[in-house]
Amino acid sequence: MSPMNIKVLGAGCARCQQLHRLTKEVVEELGLPAQLDYITDMAEIMKHGVMRTPALVVDGTIKVSGRVPSKAEIAGLLTTATTAATGTTGNDGK
Amino acid sequence: MWSAAVDWLTFDVLRLAPQTRLGQAVNFFLYDSVKVLFLLTVVIFVVAIIRSFFPPEKARRLLARGNEYAGNVLAALLGIVTPFCSCSAVPLFIGFVEAGVPLGVTFSFLISSPMVNEVALVMLWGLFGWRIAAIYIASGVGVAIVAGIVLGRLRLEHLVEDYVWQIRMGEAQVENPSWPERLAYARGYVKDIVGKVWPYVLAGIGVGAFVHGYFPQGLLEAVAGKGSWLAVPVAVAIGVPLYSNAAGTIPIVKALIEKGMAMGTALAFMMAVTALSLPEAIILRKVLKPKLLAIYFGIGAATIMGIGYLFNWLI
Repeated sequence: MSPMNIKVLGAGCARCQQLHRLTKEVVEELGLPAQLDYITDMAEIMKHGVMRTPALVVDGTIKVSGRVPSKAEIAGLLTTATTAATGTTGNDGK
Repeated sequence: MWSAAVDWLTFDVLRLAPQTRLGQAVNFFLYDSVKVLFLLTVVIFVVAIIRSFFPPEKARRLLARGNEYAGNVLAALLGIVTPFCSCSAVPLFIGFVEAGVPLGVTFSFLISSPMVNEVALVMLWGLFGWRIAAIYIASGVGVAIVAGIVLGRLRLEHLVEDYVWQIRMGEAQVENPSWPERLAYARGYVKDIVGKVWPYVLAGIGVGAFVHGYFPQGLLEAVAGKGSWLAVPVAVAIGVPLYSNAAGTIPIVKALIEKGMAMGTALAFMMAVTALSLPEAIILRKVLKPKLLAIYFGIGAATIMGIGYLFNWLI
């Protein structure tokens, strides 16, 4: 199983750094097999078609754009992405 | 309704005498802060719901087809309803230009979007009444249209940073959110904005209350009244570096008007505060060469001064 690819897009604004920090915390706390990148290059950000930063992209899909979600919401977004990717049934026993 | 409750609280519960300066200042502070915080919560919630129907991707699509003039008007109007945060100014600018939105039309959007924002509207509505709030919206849209047209006519495309023209934007799927998602977004938005601005609201109203209670009537008549031509440019020059903090400045402006500042001068000051700011200049420097940045701020400031003179003459 290849690790999940998570990208936080944002050109260094405070809210963008906040989203990066929260996502990193969620990935570490849940022990997700994920590659997390923080993209600040504008050309790279625009390639994703995002006009509102910060944005959270999981395996190429924009999950959040223009706001900073709560850690619980990020965890939800990342865990549904893993179950979809690996095809296992949900793991909601938290 | 508020008024009676606040009078009771200041004069009966706190036992302050209505005719003292302290009593006046405390009464003014409590009355305005309760009203404004209540309005902020309600209005921002409604505005957030409306905004969930107008993502910038939609504005981009609509404006890419348009020409100039009609495009400037549409851009200024879309700027009101499209959510905007200065941290998104760069991707927004690139996204618009890449889609073929004319430069002047893009500027119309960039001026109107931060200027006609919900916090400024609530503060104006709560402290000055709906008429002044409506005048502010109309003149904000007017400034955005005029400044955008002038900037477009100047043909300044070569002063946009070169790399901007090379960027190709990917197509993103923008899904239509469901109603529960819209409501959740609006709740989060209210928490976000009210959580951020309430200290400024209270501080602004506090300073305003102090001015209201302790400064002599007519203090500013001579320096910032209708007859003072210099007051408008000075107000704009002071307003530009202040970071778009409508929450903190509008209550102070209200008190300054009571002490004799002319309405047009006050409007120009508030517009300079919300539309033009140093942090925004630093952000926009990533896409605009210094000369274009200076022209953008210059024309923005000149148009805002025009509004100031117009309303000093009208009202």
